[in-house]
Amino acid sequence: MTLATDTASGHYGPYGGRFVPEALMAALDELDAAFRDAIGDPTFTATLSDLERDYTGRPSPLTRARRFEVECGGARVYLKREDLNHTGSHKINNVLGQALLTTRMGKRRVIAETGAGQHGVATATAAALLGLECTVYMGEEDTRRQALNVARMRLLGAEVVPVLNGSRTLKDAINEAMRDWVTHVADTHYLLGTVTGPAPFPEMVRHFHSVIGRETREQILAIEGRLPDAVVACVGGGSNAMGIFSAFLDDPSVRLVGYEAGGEGVETGRHAARFVAGTPGVLHGARTYVMQDAWGQTVPSHSISAGLDYPGVGPEHAWLHDSGRATYEPVTDAEAMEAFELVSRTEGILPAIETAHALAGACRLGRELGRDAVIVVNLSGRGDKDVVTAARWFGLGVDPTE
Amino acid sequence: MNGRQQAVFARAAQERRAALIGYFPAGFPSAADSVRVMAAMVRGGVDLLEVGLPYSDPLMDGPVIQAAVESALRVGATTDDVLVVVDRVSELGAVPLVMSYWNPIERYGLERFATRLGEAGGVGVITPDLTPEEAGEWIAVTDECGIGRTFLVAPSSTDVRIERVSRATTGFLYAASTMGVTGVRDQVSDAAPALVERVRTVTDLPVGVGLGVSTEQQAASVAAYADGVIVGSAFVRAVQEASDIAAAEYAVEALSAELARGVRT
Repeated sequence: MTLATDTASGHYGPYGGRFVPEALMAALDELDAAFRDAIGDPTFTATLSDLERDYTGRPSPLTRARRFEVECGGARVYLKREDLNHTGSHKINNVLGQALLTTRMGKRRVIAETGAGQHGVATATAAALLGLECTVYMGEEDTRRQALNVARMRLLGAEVVPVLNGSRTLKDAINEAMRDWVTHVADTHYLLGTVTGPAPFPEMVRHFHSVIGRETREQILAIEGRLPDAVVACVGGGSNAMGIFSAFLDDPSVRLVGYEAGGEGVETGRHAARFVAGTPGVLHGARTYVMQDAWGQTVPSHSISAGLDYPGVGPEHAWLHDSGRATYEPVTDAEAMEAFELVSRTEGILPAIETAHALAGACRLGRELGRDAVIVVNLSGRGDKDVVTAARWFGLGVDPTE
Repeated sequence: MNGRQQAVFARAAQERRAALIGYFPAGFPSAADSVRVMAAMVRGGVDLLEVGLPYSDPLMDGPVIQAAVESALRVGATTDDVLVVVDRVSELGAVPLVMSYWNPIERYGLERFATRLGEAGGVGVITPDLTPEEAGEWIAVTDECGIGRTFLVAPSSTDVRIERVSRATTGFLYAASTMGVTGVRDQVSDAAPALVERVRTVTDLPVGVGLGVSTEQQAASVAAYADGVIVGSAFVRAVQEASDIAAAEYAVEALSAELARGVRT
């Protein structure tokens, strides 16, 4: 990457870095060294790619969305099917990489934060596979919204700890996971689920998801014989987006667009549009765009999708935004749900509501670019976990929780 | 080092004892009442007062302090309010520092914060989530304003890091006694003496030890090897358990006096 990034010190322009208690600095140095050592070790990379093939089910297909694209201006739209991975989302890519790293560092326990539960389920899965102890922190509010995923994690042998402080959502689950980590760092790895947090997490998590971009590039070149005009993804913390963007950063002809949660509308204040309403600040160990008030207190975010409901964003996205290499646009709850319904009915794919934001964005972009354009959407996760939310939204009268 | 902060440690050294450093969050239970509590801490014998700046994501704090700062934020405590509290307690004779997570300071503006803190009588700032690596501008600004900087060392810090942190520190050095968050503990970690010993080999800065100290006996045992004994959660808990502000002042002054005896044994 030719932009002014300095991954050695964990900075992306003015963003990134490490804003953590001193007690964690040694662990971050250890992790950084272990990560670099591992990715240079053919045994490690072979073990990981075997797991990706035989356990996750990679490579994931690139599916042309022939009926969906007709509704979106006629551009050719391809879906990178991360929803077909084991556990149903892209999250497993990062989790397997970090879980292998955990055993390599001789640690016996992983902890994780989760919002919707996808990362928690993926972590519990990898922990079961590799025989690691697993504790997942989840905001109490989210444990109620995503009771099914709580059950999944417990069935997989993980301990799920509902977090009762602060706003009782993802950001507070991260605080609690950091507190656990600082207390048990000798035998515990914090398996952070996205491209946020102190260095080396943003770089490492992107690395383990870069397989999405590499496959996509190869697949689209094989099908279309050329690079796409645009690659788009939803952006909560931004791991699925960094994974697919990473293979196209040096191709200026490829537009990179991230869609963040516009919630009930940016003008209502109830949203997670960090690049519209956020400002540079420090949250959870890194400098990045943060939704904050005039005093630097974090402002709670809002989105219909728990996975995008986060007041910060990965620091590399902050830099891609400022440098202009990628652009970021909000998609409202209503637009996302419209796309959710459209892709369900035209393609027979129930996407995660997070992903539906990217699909809505792709549709908007397709209409703008017109018939000859090629757009790739990272279909980051499946929507089974969102059936209740969607049924409620569309008033289908089949609320399974009632 | 800031002269008033230096004087506190010099006097304690002269009296062959450790300094008592007490933390309390500004704005809890209200701005005015937090001043009353802090005044009681000083009357009881706190030498150096850490005024906490409430922050929405206090990831180094345990449940006791979390609950207090959440409550302070609910009643609307702002950075300006914190500076007013510093000003008041300074007028009452305290030597105040601010303890703050980094984002509120960055948002307020480094120079503006350091300048106003100096005007309010503040002598230094403790930044628990800022390491020297990210502190370039902060170091320049605080040097300019004569505000002391306190960074942290932990049992996990390597010798190289202890040296780096010591070089960047111009107040006292804050040694976290244990790997963990703030809170009252039955026993102060046995990792602390070894950490302080390692610190002594690289710096002459005064060393304060915190995390887990709440009783006279614990204060005495830490005072045996450290220059400062830091107590936070115990004061906050005393206020949380008090039935009203008068009872809180009484309890806090008594606790402070007890700890002050501890640092003198």
